[in-house]
Amino acid sequence: MNLNIDVDHEGNNKYVSLSGEIDAYTAPKLKETILPLTQDAEATVVVDLQQVTYMDSTGLGVFISALKSTKEYGGNLKLIQLQERVYRLFKITGLTEVIDIETDSTVRGGM
Amino acid sequence: MSTLKLDLESYKDLLKQYIETQNEQALYRAEQFSKHSIQQNITPDEIINVHIEALLELYPDIPSNIQSSLNFLLETMISYGLAYQEYQALREKQLELQSEISVAANMQQTLLSTTKPEMSELDVGAISTPAKQMNGDYYHFVKDQEGSLGIAVADVIGKGVPAALCMSMIKYSMDSFPDSRMEPSVILEGMNRVVERNVDPSMFVTMFYGLYDPDTHEFNYSSAGHEPGFYYSAKNDSFHDIEAEGLVLGVDRSVKYEQYTQHLDVGDMVVLLTDGVTECRTGDRFIERDEISDVIHQYKHLSAQEITEQVYRHFERLQDFQLRDDFTMIILRREV
Repeated sequence: MNLNIDVDHEGNNKYVSLSGEIDAYTAPKLKETILPLTQDAEATVVVDLQQVTYMDSTGLGVFISALKSTKEYGGNLKLIQLQERVYRLFKITGLTEVIDIETDSTVRGGM
Repeated sequence: MSTLKLDLESYKDLLKQYIETQNEQALYRAEQFSKHSIQQNITPDEIINVHIEALLELYPDIPSNIQSSLNFLLETMISYGLAYQEYQALREKQLELQSEISVAANMQQTLLSTTKPEMSELDVGAISTPAKQMNGDYYHFVKDQEGSLGIAVADVIGKGVPAALCMSMIKYSMDSFPDSRMEPSVILEGMNRVVERNVDPSMFVTMFYGLYDPDTHEFNYSSAGHEPGFYYSAKNDSFHDIEAEGLVLGVDRSVKYEQYTQHLDVGDMVVLLTDGVTECRTGDRFIERDEISDVIHQYKHLSAQEITEQVYRHFERLQDFQLRDDFTMIILRREV
């Protein structure tokens, strides 16, 4: 199981594109990459999960840390292009109410 | 080294015998010799050293270039010997850790144990199996003064030891609630404050709390981001999800939890579970929720406890008996 992480910077806008699986093995690497990005004052961190085929609850933990950290530093966190199974996890846990998640037609399966 | 020195003579005999006859017997004894050496913590380079000494005694006029090559081999093997010693030390350390973890796991078992209630109105079944030694799932039954039954199911995000430690904290907080009737939403709001204050930002807990009143047959519940359970209607012979909205514990201190009610008729069931059940997968295929309700349906003639055990066995088989996550399932069925 692997997770590829690509980061693009454009001033305060950071674009993180993920592909693969987020689980107990890959989550620490994701956390190491994302947390420092959220610690720049007023940064906007956009995470593209289009190529993420699986995520377990450890992945949610990373995004919750990132959310808390962006709040602390006055920034924003936004998740886009979630696959249906991944979106479902955010929905069940109530996190869709506290994390900015793009829920337009890019959410597959029409949830 | 001293033990081996004593064995030099026998090694020499063995070697001589093998060189002259090349028979199986000598090879078998060589194998015994190496097993014995492992037991005595003798390193590979020491064996080579004995081999060189034995060889020189048997064939004193070995050409000097062969002799040098043997010494060269000996030098090369010394680092192997060191690595081997390190390996032995780590092995001991690992055994030590393992026994510490199993002590902790036993202790956790005792701490988290809950008694399945006996009620004439309700048939109750419960199963909870950890994927590794320590369980990050938790369930708890409590009967209040008015005879209502409270059921808590929780899942700590993260696995293994840290999750288990966090679980113990949940258990103590649950125990500190008073015995008088507590509404599910109030319990979750209290637990949310405990978790928010006390755990690392990346850790959080999902929890479902239900309260069954045997007089009114109403099941009141609230959910903090927990995997939805199932409600089975005996009249319609069908399952539907127990939907409840609510944020996971530990993210936002001020969150409020909504409370829902489901009335149970005779034969109706409430199935509570953790995501270890729904996150089962076989190869690349995930288990769909329909499959879980289908399996429960298949065994619905059994007692609640037997159903939980059959469902567990079914998914254990599907995953080749290697659970990826802790597995917890509780079934309540109204009897009268």
